[in-house]
Amino acid sequence: MTALADLARLIRSKNAGPFELTFDIMFDDASTYERVKRSGAVSREAVAARYGVRIDEVKFFFCDHAFAIKASIPRPYFQGDPRDSDGHGGQQYAPLMDIEIP
Amino acid sequence: MPAAEDEIRILSPTGVCGSGFIESSFAKALSQKPYFIGVDAGSTDPGPAYLGSGRMAFPKDAVQRDLRLMLRGARRLGIPLLIGSAGTAGADVQLNLFYELIQELAAADQLKFKLALIHSEQQKPYLRQKLRDGRITPLHPAPEFNEATIDRSEHIVGMMGAEPFMRALEAGADVVLAGRASDTAIFAALPVMRGFPEGIAWHAAKILECGAAAVVNRKTPDCMFAWVRKDHFVVEAPDAGLRCTPQSIASHSLYENADPFKLVECSGTLDLTNSRYEAVNDTAVKVSGSEFIRAPRYTVKLEGAEKVGYQSVLIGSIRDPFIIRQIDDWTARLIEKIHARVKMIYGDRLGAEDYLFNIRIYGKNGTMGPLEPVKEIRSHELCLVFEATAPTQEMASTIAGITRHQALHLPIPEWSGLITAVACPYNHLDRGAVYRFNVNHVVAPDDPYEMFPMELIEINGAAHRRIAA
Repeated sequence: MTALADLARLIRSKNAGPFELTFDIMFDDASTYERVKRSGAVSREAVAARYGVRIDEVKFFFCDHAFAIKASIPRPYFQGDPRDSDGHGGQQYAPLMDIEIP
Repeated sequence: MPAAEDEIRILSPTGVCGSGFIESSFAKALSQKPYFIGVDAGSTDPGPAYLGSGRMAFPKDAVQRDLRLMLRGARRLGIPLLIGSAGTAGADVQLNLFYELIQELAAADQLKFKLALIHSEQQKPYLRQKLRDGRITPLHPAPEFNEATIDRSEHIVGMMGAEPFMRALEAGADVVLAGRASDTAIFAALPVMRGFPEGIAWHAAKILECGAAAVVNRKTPDCMFAWVRKDHFVVEAPDAGLRCTPQSIASHSLYENADPFKLVECSGTLDLTNSRYEAVNDTAVKVSGSEFIRAPRYTVKLEGAEKVGYQSVLIGSIRDPFIIRQIDDWTARLIEKIHARVKMIYGDRLGAEDYLFNIRIYGKNGTMGPLEPVKEIRSHELCLVFEATAPTQEMASTIAGITRHQALHLPIPEWSGLITAVACPYNHLDRGAVYRFNVNHVVAPDDPYEMFPMELIEINGAAHRRIAA
């Protein structure tokens, strides 16, 4: 088993507009990407579980040309709202880093 | 203009006007004879304060440096300069700030050109009418948007599509200065107007709008260049040290988009499901297969901001393990004390629903809030940020002052006697007005132009004269 963070070139989060958060998990090459994709460990369900949101609230994509996996969820607070803690949404990816890949 | 063009060349100097670009890259790009220069000058990314207050996120001097080079370059080649989302959020006050910068540059360089100013700020009566007509509909997720929201808003702008840019170009504008615009519309307008396939034009626009962000080895904000043709486009950064690869270009559609394959514009959706990416050489990439699906209904996205109140902030930290292990209970007790003190001071003048008191706990869940999966505290110290948001700065400042005193001496059962529980590096800070985004909806206008009135202005050095649009 290997942690996702040790296989990915970059795991990042960012606003997708003021109302959604988006996560990009990007790989250097096709073989690593395919390994993670085929493992099934990174999925809509896994993202929902890691962030405590409903499965139907997660948008989830495999981007074969980019060797990347992408997911988006609604923001818990809209960008800049009084209780929002991350205006750019840039530090929300850590819970994805230790997903175990067989 | 030749009837049968087989190529449109486009220069995007940088991702945001004011973030800078390298002059040698820009000079090389101009030598490749672009048909126009496009630049985006705004975003919601810096937050609601800019749309709310009308200030600009980038410093004026940095913006003017970029504008100066672009304006000189465009006038030297006699090609259009298209600027979207002027002044960060595109409100009228910000559009006017950009207009003043352009007037100063024209006067300094004795430039002569025709300027189109396209407004994107929406009038409240217009929006009320559209709301009553059922022509404003929510995206997901969206805050409640009703007539009270419209009344509370400081500014509401519409995000224009490509059509207002096309109208300005058809009117002979040399420089188009637009309020809030879809970043891609700035770059798609001219190729679409000249009959290039919309899928190719919009996808090229999507890559261009971030400047050189789509390269493998981004060093600093810089230029990007595209050759838009009838069945594909080629993209390459002018700086010889920057490389585009099929992967880097394909990856770019991920950035800041919820859906990497479908990008919604006013007039339809760019669909990248069947896009193909091929290396032309080590630095350039060819893209084909992208499609644009026309929407049955033309829609314009709204962005609005309202004032939440005035805010004061106190920063403090806690090192005592007794307090750390009961931090949730401690903060709950503190909040009760503060509400009681505020009631003592203001009575009915400031009800509990009239102000917000928020505590961020760094070392627990300060960064992720409700999304934080780690529940136990693993740190030997915590940083607390106390925020009071109230109808006036004086009230917010008063609550922050109360907070300092109450937090300092809030007792815990483990100690008897007067304790001092919080380490404060300095007194509270007054932040002024704070804002929130209050709309994530689209309007269905009668046509693509009615929300975006245009002014045409002849500029001749320091002289300027409005002409009929």
